[in-house]
Amino acid sequence: MNKRALLIIPGLFFIAMLGLLLFGLGRNPNMVPSALVNRPLPEFSLPGLKLNASAATSLIASEDLLGGIRIINFWATWCPPCHIEHPYLVEISEREKGVSFIGVNYKDDLDEARLFLEEKGSPFEKIIVDLDGSLGIDFGVAGAPETFIVDSFGMIRYRHVGVINHQIWEETFAPVISRIK
Amino acid sequence: MIPELGNFSLILAFCLASLMVVIPMAGAITNNQLWMSLCRPLSSGIWVFMILSFACLAYAFLKDDFSVNYVARNSNSLLPERYKFAAVWGGHEGSLLLWVLILSSWSYAVSLFSRDLPQDILARVLSVMGIILVGFLLFMLLTSNPFERTLLNPPIDGTDLNPLLQDFGLIVHPPFLYMGYVGFSVAFAFAIAALLSGRLDAAWARWTRPWTNAAWAFLSIGIALGSWWAYYELGWGGWWFWDPVENVSFMPWLVGTALIHSLAVTEKRGVFKSWTVLLAIAAFSLSLLGAFIVRSGVLTSVHSFAVDPARGMVLLTIMLVVIGSSLLLYAIRAPVVKGSASYTLTSREVLLLINNIILVVSTAAVLLGTLYPLIHEAIYGEANRVSIGPPYFNTIFVPLMALLAFALGIGTFSRWKKTSVAYLKQQLSKVLIASLAFGIVIPVVVTSEFNISAIVAVVLALWIVFSIAKDIFNKTSNKESFFKGLKALSLSYYGMQFAHFGMAVTILGVCLTSHYSVERDVRLAPGDSEIIGNYEFIFEGVSLQQGANYQADRAVIRVLQNGNEYITLEPEKRLYYATRATQTEAGIDVGLFRDLFTALGDERGDGSWVVRIHYKPFVLWIWLGAIIMAFGGVLAITDKRYRSKKPVKETQSESGLSVNTATKTNLSAEA
Repeated sequence: MNKRALLIIPGLFFIAMLGLLLFGLGRNPNMVPSALVNRPLPEFSLPGLKLNASAATSLIASEDLLGGIRIINFWATWCPPCHIEHPYLVEISEREKGVSFIGVNYKDDLDEARLFLEEKGSPFEKIIVDLDGSLGIDFGVAGAPETFIVDSFGMIRYRHVGVINHQIWEETFAPVISRIK
Repeated sequence: MIPELGNFSLILAFCLASLMVVIPMAGAITNNQLWMSLCRPLSSGIWVFMILSFACLAYAFLKDDFSVNYVARNSNSLLPERYKFAAVWGGHEGSLLLWVLILSSWSYAVSLFSRDLPQDILARVLSVMGIILVGFLLFMLLTSNPFERTLLNPPIDGTDLNPLLQDFGLIVHPPFLYMGYVGFSVAFAFAIAALLSGRLDAAWARWTRPWTNAAWAFLSIGIALGSWWAYYELGWGGWWFWDPVENVSFMPWLVGTALIHSLAVTEKRGVFKSWTVLLAIAAFSLSLLGAFIVRSGVLTSVHSFAVDPARGMVLLTIMLVVIGSSLLLYAIRAPVVKGSASYTLTSREVLLLINNIILVVSTAAVLLGTLYPLIHEAIYGEANRVSIGPPYFNTIFVPLMALLAFALGIGTFSRWKKTSVAYLKQQLSKVLIASLAFGIVIPVVVTSEFNISAIVAVVLALWIVFSIAKDIFNKTSNKESFFKGLKALSLSYYGMQFAHFGMAVTILGVCLTSHYSVERDVRLAPGDSEIIGNYEFIFEGVSLQQGANYQADRAVIRVLQNGNEYITLEPEKRLYYATRATQTEAGIDVGLFRDLFTALGDERGDGSWVVRIHYKPFVLWIWLGAIIMAFGGVLAITDKRYRSKKPVKETQSESGLSVNTATKTNLSAEA
């Protein structure tokens, strides 16, 4: 084999990566126009997380989320950004009485998750356990944290990828919520 | 006026950088001495205007000039002075200004410390650095100007610096990190200059080595600072998360480490030239990739700046031009003839090649893990996104590092060209027996449990340490006295040994912390206590404290050691006024053999608080090791063969081909 031909390999590798990065730029990871936006919630029925490990768990189904504006937040203790956004979620959930927060504990260790909420407080009215990530697949989440706004008819109205903070809440969440109220 | 002055300086720096791209390069091609000689004044001019521009932005911060948009977004009148200064690089635009300032400082440093460099090489090197400067200055002026102002009704106060960043760690972490990242541009520029001039020789490798070492040492410290900062500031006791942004700072470090080793072979033995050039290009390309990932927002991360695809587009264009053209040049000009030197399977050359392969495979694994979410999405569509967590990285990375540590021990005793297998066996058998014996006995005796992963880590760390000790002993044994022998060894030899020792220390820190930490998250009412080992943590209660721009719940936790009063820790939970963000400040008792880590959680209804109490053995060693490694890198730079203008016994011919006799005597001693 011609040795000089081998020297082209790094260049080809670079071009492939450049293409990938270009593709990555095309999408906006924080404000994803998800295929699910303006579509109904996916059907599911999954166990809920009880803070008391020995308490009996009950199933939470998609119908249980109807009848009010829901903020569905995918989180996990293994995800550093979730630790960062958590205090703000607690604060905003106390302030925003018009909406209720639903947590989806995503591919996590349940004991760790309980400890986490025990320590930091829980902003969530209900917590759905998504141990194998199947609900994540239905929602099309890339990772944690991701947050969806669902209206009272169970339609997904907005999807946010990444941490929620004061600024993001005021600039993106609040307008969407007041629009669908 | 001052912000306009800063903006004007930036534009002037851009103009001078454009001249530095064209004139010295044209001079090198046409052999025009005057044009080539202009590269020095041009690089100092750029540096002066960058300093001026940076000073203007710092002034705007210190004077609370909120008419400057960037200041308004990243500062607040209540912010303490030192954070106002550090806030200069607390956001995208300002940190980019720091990035370019550091790039101009490196090019200025090259022009200062390269008096013995042939003029045409220096002209080409600075011209290549000029291209990068032009790209980034243009980027800043077009999309991310930190001096943009709102003159009509400027905000009365700023929105404040992100509380996570209001910390000593922020003041020092980015400058060190950027010094490292951007420092690889020097090795890159040398590689391109060598390719252009067709002089990929020992002299080229020797000029590149100190600059690579310097950048690598800075990057080591920068990464360690980032990890240390995450440890005490984020409040959950972790120190590395395989977050995309951590990964992109780690990849240039891994490739840079490979480059340092491969440069040694190229300098001493004249082989692996094409490979070394490729590593030099790769190290800086990965730094650019880092800048892209952090600033374009293609991947979500704790560290990301505001998302703006337009910025990403410009950065991608810079990457296309800089990396694309250098790889094209590489494909055309890199030498394909193999070096004249011959070597056997157990030679130092081959062992260093093994080092390179392991490091490059590790880099590829980290790169794959970091970009995999994008790859997956490109193939399977947006509905099927995935995320890659620490399990992937740990599974791949830990065995690779174990292999690297093992090869390191052998490499210490290897010699150029050929090492006899019998000699290696004789040297290594003692080291192996000693490290196995101590490595198994010590952890079992101290902890009275048999933890196989921890034992492997201790054995490997001791394997490195004993190899170093034995090698130093070998090299001093034929001298009159041990100390005379130590004195005779070169500084670059000590540099190598320190860096390797630092690696052993970091391995110990990482593994022992991971395996032996005790972590408790408990609910404590005032007066309650928690016992870990021979420490008792007594929770005395929480009081409200006022800070400059925040208020804090501060807990008082008295710690008893074997029943005796030992220390009082005061972890805090802060609420920053301007951003309404809460932030934990851990209370840590730092020790050489263990840290006592406490962080304050939330108050429960009944007056009790959630408190996180960790006992973390050897955690300090993670960062201590990095400092030792960086010290080794610095030590190697100070070796006299780099320092002296004309090495005593070195003859350098016109063509730049150098015959290095001064170092031949301790050829086998240096890596």
